[in-house]
Amino acid sequence: MTEKAVVAASKAEQQVKSGAAFLIDALKKEQVEVIFGYPGGAVLPIYDEIYRSGMVHILPRHEQGSIHAAEGYARITGKPGVVIATSGPGATNIVTGLADAMIDSIPLVVFTGQVATSIIGTDAFQEADVIGITTPITKHNYQVRKPEDLPRIIKEAFYIASSGRPGPVLIDIPKDVATIDGKVGEEPEMDLPGYQPTTQPNYLQIRKLVEAVSSSKKPVILAGAGILHAKASEQLLQYAEQQGIPVVHTLLGLGGFPADHPLFIGMGGMHGIYAANMAISTCDLLINIGARFDDRLTGNLATFAPNAKVAHIDIDPAEIGKNVPTKIPVVGSAKEALEQLVAQDGKKPELTEWIETLQGWKQEFPFVYNRESDILKPQRVIELLHEKTDGDAIVVTDVGQHQMWAAQYFPFNKPHAWVTSGGLGTMGFCIPAAVGAQIAEPEATVFAVVGDGGFQMTSQELAVMAELNLPVKIIIVNNHALGMVRQWQSEFYEGRFSHSKFDYQPDFIKLADAYGIPAFKVDNEADASAKIEEALAIKGPVLIDFDVEPEENVYPMVAPGKGLHEMVGVKL
Amino acid sequence: MKKGILTLTVNNRPGVLNRITNLFTKRNYNIESIAVGQSEQENVSRITVVVHVEDENVIEQMTKQLNKQIDVLKVTDISNQSIVARELALVKVLSSSQTRTEIYSLIEPFRGSVIDVSKDSLTIQITGESDKVEAFIELLKPYGIKELARTGTAAFPRGTQKQSVVKSFTIV
Repeated sequence: MTEKAVVAASKAEQQVKSGAAFLIDALKKEQVEVIFGYPGGAVLPIYDEIYRSGMVHILPRHEQGSIHAAEGYARITGKPGVVIATSGPGATNIVTGLADAMIDSIPLVVFTGQVATSIIGTDAFQEADVIGITTPITKHNYQVRKPEDLPRIIKEAFYIASSGRPGPVLIDIPKDVATIDGKVGEEPEMDLPGYQPTTQPNYLQIRKLVEAVSSSKKPVILAGAGILHAKASEQLLQYAEQQGIPVVHTLLGLGGFPADHPLFIGMGGMHGIYAANMAISTCDLLINIGARFDDRLTGNLATFAPNAKVAHIDIDPAEIGKNVPTKIPVVGSAKEALEQLVAQDGKKPELTEWIETLQGWKQEFPFVYNRESDILKPQRVIELLHEKTDGDAIVVTDVGQHQMWAAQYFPFNKPHAWVTSGGLGTMGFCIPAAVGAQIAEPEATVFAVVGDGGFQMTSQELAVMAELNLPVKIIIVNNHALGMVRQWQSEFYEGRFSHSKFDYQPDFIKLADAYGIPAFKVDNEADASAKIEEALAIKGPVLIDFDVEPEENVYPMVAPGKGLHEMVGVKL
Repeated sequence: MKKGILTLTVNNRPGVLNRITNLFTKRNYNIESIAVGQSEQENVSRITVVVHVEDENVIEQMTKQLNKQIDVLKVTDISNQSIVARELALVKVLSSSQTRTEIYSLIEPFRGSVIDVSKDSLTIQITGESDKVEAFIELLKPYGIKELARTGTAAFPRGTQKQSVVKSFTIV
């Protein structure tokens, strides 16, 4: 026997193991398929255990890359993404990802190293108060004091991250706790007396909603990401069809309801479609399912859904009534609430006229851009991505104009195909998130639609795509500017384009080449079409740099402070 | 502005108070006073938070947000309940031989007690509801307050409630 094997055998006999071993065993028990992590001093004992465990570990090139990749993975699979980062700078580098996951309700279990217990609080090398820093941006966090506590804490962390309203949970592990042995105990029991999420909705509230629907003349469903988190797309379809109620999606809800369905009106909000925003503005019953009435969705609250009785189904009671006064509160999971609503089979309201009005608006005011232009339009690029794949692709975006165009021009007919940073609006999200999405669905076509600004924030993750030969198609919508900033400066700051234009940019083709990734530059529609086809045929990562119309703006638009009914740029 | 009182029971674990105060900061709520100590149950602390808010919806939001904390066991809004509430203040007030008797005459009706005396000051302990403590401090101000320490309010509902005052936000 080798020396290590002898030690292991003797430990097994004594019924002890190290904190790191407790950790890895607990991850295996949770059936973790992949870890996104980056080693460092304080997590060396954990990495030593990973080395022996044979677990799949993805090494991004920046800790921010690891946590966004874990988010991409979690958004596609619905399972918690697992991240490991070292203490101090390793931990602070994942802060953006934690805030992003918190606001978009993404389940993550994040492990950070910490300096040894004996020197916590002494400003030791690579020490940061990670619990203090991450308390407001995690659903919960822990600092581990004894190795034998790890099985219980990890079990609780996975449960908290993925139940109720999902979110990130962080576990801070001092180096000594990972190193020293603890006694192997019995199956850990969770100790969470203060955490009992309600999933089963109240029957009386469901009845109230059924009655409200029966007597409504202009009802509309606003379906948010809660539909996706609860995996309730089927139930939503069933319910909408049973009652004949039209559906509007939030940005993050896209894919929850099939875009080609006659009852689908479109995306609402700041850059939503006219018909959707007018549906909200003129409805008499607004049924919010799993959306949080974000300000980018509601516009001016004073004029939001002025004629509507508001019903709100949410697993988080704190979301109900937070921004919009609510007549019918339903606390519970979207899935269980919809199942109950379908089972109630209430009297179907007469909605022919209402549906005709909405369909009329939908046809009269679709998303539009100038198709006659000789310059390549960014919207056309998105349309081509859809055409060339028949919509059968996962779309990951960054934040800004290209994100809005992707939401507008790529109709989603199935859930879990849309990965975007909604609430936090994190530039730099796309490239690493695409890594995670492709790992979650190795066979799927994944488009990483990214602006030239956001691409430069996390382009180092091209190395991971190249190393693992992940067939992500990187679509740079290049307008040589921070397009959304430029658009706002043009509309609200009298065209003072303060630092929103990139006068210098690297050659993205050469950059891709440096990573060994094939790349094309495209500046016209014919090439765009051909190169997308070519890229799709390549079994590996490809980058296409689309030189698009630099002055293009996202429309329609609800200006900040305006109501949803006050959209501009509805027509060309 | 409306005064609200929340009483919380929480797990007695390191960092829990930080989670609570952090949440108030994050949600842009102001704490007027906060008092923490052990409760009747082992490993459970009771926190009393006094807030000033625009309207009752804000208190409802606070209650719901606090409830989401994993370490919070129960939150009760007792703003509209019949409650017992007390705080304690220690006041060190300047006193000369001329003013001492006068100050003693103020202590009497407020049922305060003198707990320290020096040649130029008196330290008075006073307990009661915040309004009473406030009134007493106002009375002492003209003499010159050298130091003041207040504990914040500790409170919970009375054993017997007047009918229909218990406001509940439970919608589950």
